[in-house]
Amino acid sequence: MIGKGIAKGMVETARNLVGSYHESERMVTVEYPEQKIPAKESARNFPFLVYDGDDWQTGLRCVSCQICEKECPPQCIYIEKDTEKKPDFLGKPQFQPKIFDIDVSVCMGCQICVEVCPFESIRMDREFEYAGTDRFNDMLFTKENLAKSNSYYHQIHPTEATETDGIREDKRQAHLLKERAKAEKLAKAKKEAMEKKAGASSTD
Amino acid sequence: MWFEELLISIKASMVLLAPEMVRPLVSALLSSMPILMSFGGLFAMVTLLERKMLGRIQNRLGPNRVGPFGLFQPVADGIKMLTKEDIVPHSADHLIHFLAPLILLVSAMLGLSVIPFGQKLVAVELEAGILFFFAVGGAAELAVFMAGWSSRNKYALLGALRAIAQMISYEIPLILSSIGVLMAAGSLSLVEVVQAQAGGMHAWYIWTPWGFLGCILFLIATLAEVNRSPFDIPEAESELIAGHMTEYSGFKYAVFFLAEFVAMFAMCALTATLFLGGYHAPLPILSFIPGPFWLFLKLILLVLLFIWIRGTMPRLRADQLMEFAWKFMLPMSMANLVATGLWIALDGGVLGWILSAILNGAAYFGWSHLLSRASGVKPRVYQYADDPQTHA
Repeated sequence: MIGKGIAKGMVETARNLVGSYHESERMVTVEYPEQKIPAKESARNFPFLVYDGDDWQTGLRCVSCQICEKECPPQCIYIEKDTEKKPDFLGKPQFQPKIFDIDVSVCMGCQICVEVCPFESIRMDREFEYAGTDRFNDMLFTKENLAKSNSYYHQIHPTEATETDGIREDKRQAHLLKERAKAEKLAKAKKEAMEKKAGASSTD
Repeated sequence: MWFEELLISIKASMVLLAPEMVRPLVSALLSSMPILMSFGGLFAMVTLLERKMLGRIQNRLGPNRVGPFGLFQPVADGIKMLTKEDIVPHSADHLIHFLAPLILLVSAMLGLSVIPFGQKLVAVELEAGILFFFAVGGAAELAVFMAGWSSRNKYALLGALRAIAQMISYEIPLILSSIGVLMAAGSLSLVEVVQAQAGGMHAWYIWTPWGFLGCILFLIATLAEVNRSPFDIPEAESELIAGHMTEYSGFKYAVFFLAEFVAMFAMCALTATLFLGGYHAPLPILSFIPGPFWLFLKLILLVLLFIWIRGTMPRLRADQLMEFAWKFMLPMSMANLVATGLWIALDGGVLGWILSAILNGAAYFGWSHLLSRASGVKPRVYQYADDPQTHA
């Protein structure tokens, strides 16, 4: 019969029209600048650099190994190594970046830099309200803009941040074990040497 | 009645102020002024209403930035339209390109002149008002083709050709479905058609079987005649940019838009006049409220129905459109005419009512059954979506 489907469709749209006034699932529109939906935990767009502690310069995890720069598909990362070294969280002297730039107008948010980073230093941010009047300078983020604290990381991506902290804690433990083993070995060697020396002197 | 008397006496006293030589002109101007102004205002409000309603249908809010609830959106749109550059293509036929929107608007406006807004509120009282209405409505086809041809643009020309095919095809069921009313009222004058429906809601022609089917056919043909969705293939955005309006911008585009809406209002006013009792109140007790109010109420309700239809249905294909006009609309309006004749022959009694209802019902169910069988279209089978295996 001609017209049955039309009547069905008309009823559906009428239900939508009336329902939009009193049913929240029929009015899903959010008026964005005034109203905001809380971001999902998995939300991500551009990378940022994590630092520990309060001072971003001393706490910066990045050791400027340049792996992310090499892996970045659109090549939006530019790194220059500093000549000076600074101690990392294990106390080992490491390189630090003199320049660390990300051109966010080029970045495609693929997260490859995060996956290749062996120092848990680059992670994904969820901030998206960026605007600038100059597309070359305003959209080029330097390390001052990129450095964000670990507590901020915990705030935006709690699960991932806790996981990262776990990895770092394991590394620290492994390092401590290694240090201890080394120290023990060293002490043993010293002792043996001493004994040898003592033995040698006694045979003399 | 008091309202109409008041309007008429105001007009008479204003005409007397003018020198005797120009009095006919002043009278004509004063008659047309309220129509131009009220429908201009209605146009502005309906554009906003349409966007709001479509938004709600699609789970959006619609315009709400300009003023409270977006009420000043039409003002903003108007300023935008008027300040835009008016571009005429280099190789266009300048004169015809200029005239097309004007002719379209004038033909739409002229149709309103024969609509009775009250017992005495008719701008031009013609013996054959409905004939005049359809005749000036026919000029719209010319205007659309002028626009499409003079633009020298492929999209515009294709849109205009589609528009001509569509408007001429649908004019036939449009007029045939209105003939029943004229037969029952025994007059071509719209004033007399309305007077035949006096005395409350039960006297309206829509409550007769032939009137009901006629009204539906008339509304469908109206949709096609004023190029509204789902029959908006002449200006199909996704295929033809904007059809015959592709090369228009600024004020001329606004005039096209206005003309389209005014044509829709005129058609809705005619539907209300023919089938819904025109300016008569639904109940005799309510007749102290002036007639124009009732006509505008019915008109706006019909416009709401059009917006609702626009928010529901997808655009037809050109061949579907033609098939629908010639294979369904035309036979249905023919059958409706026979039913009307039967009803009139039996003096509108119960037997006439039942017989014409049976005839119309049989025509509708029988013909649509035959059509769907002949078309060979079967219920769609979804290869993946309805497969129970995939849901398991």
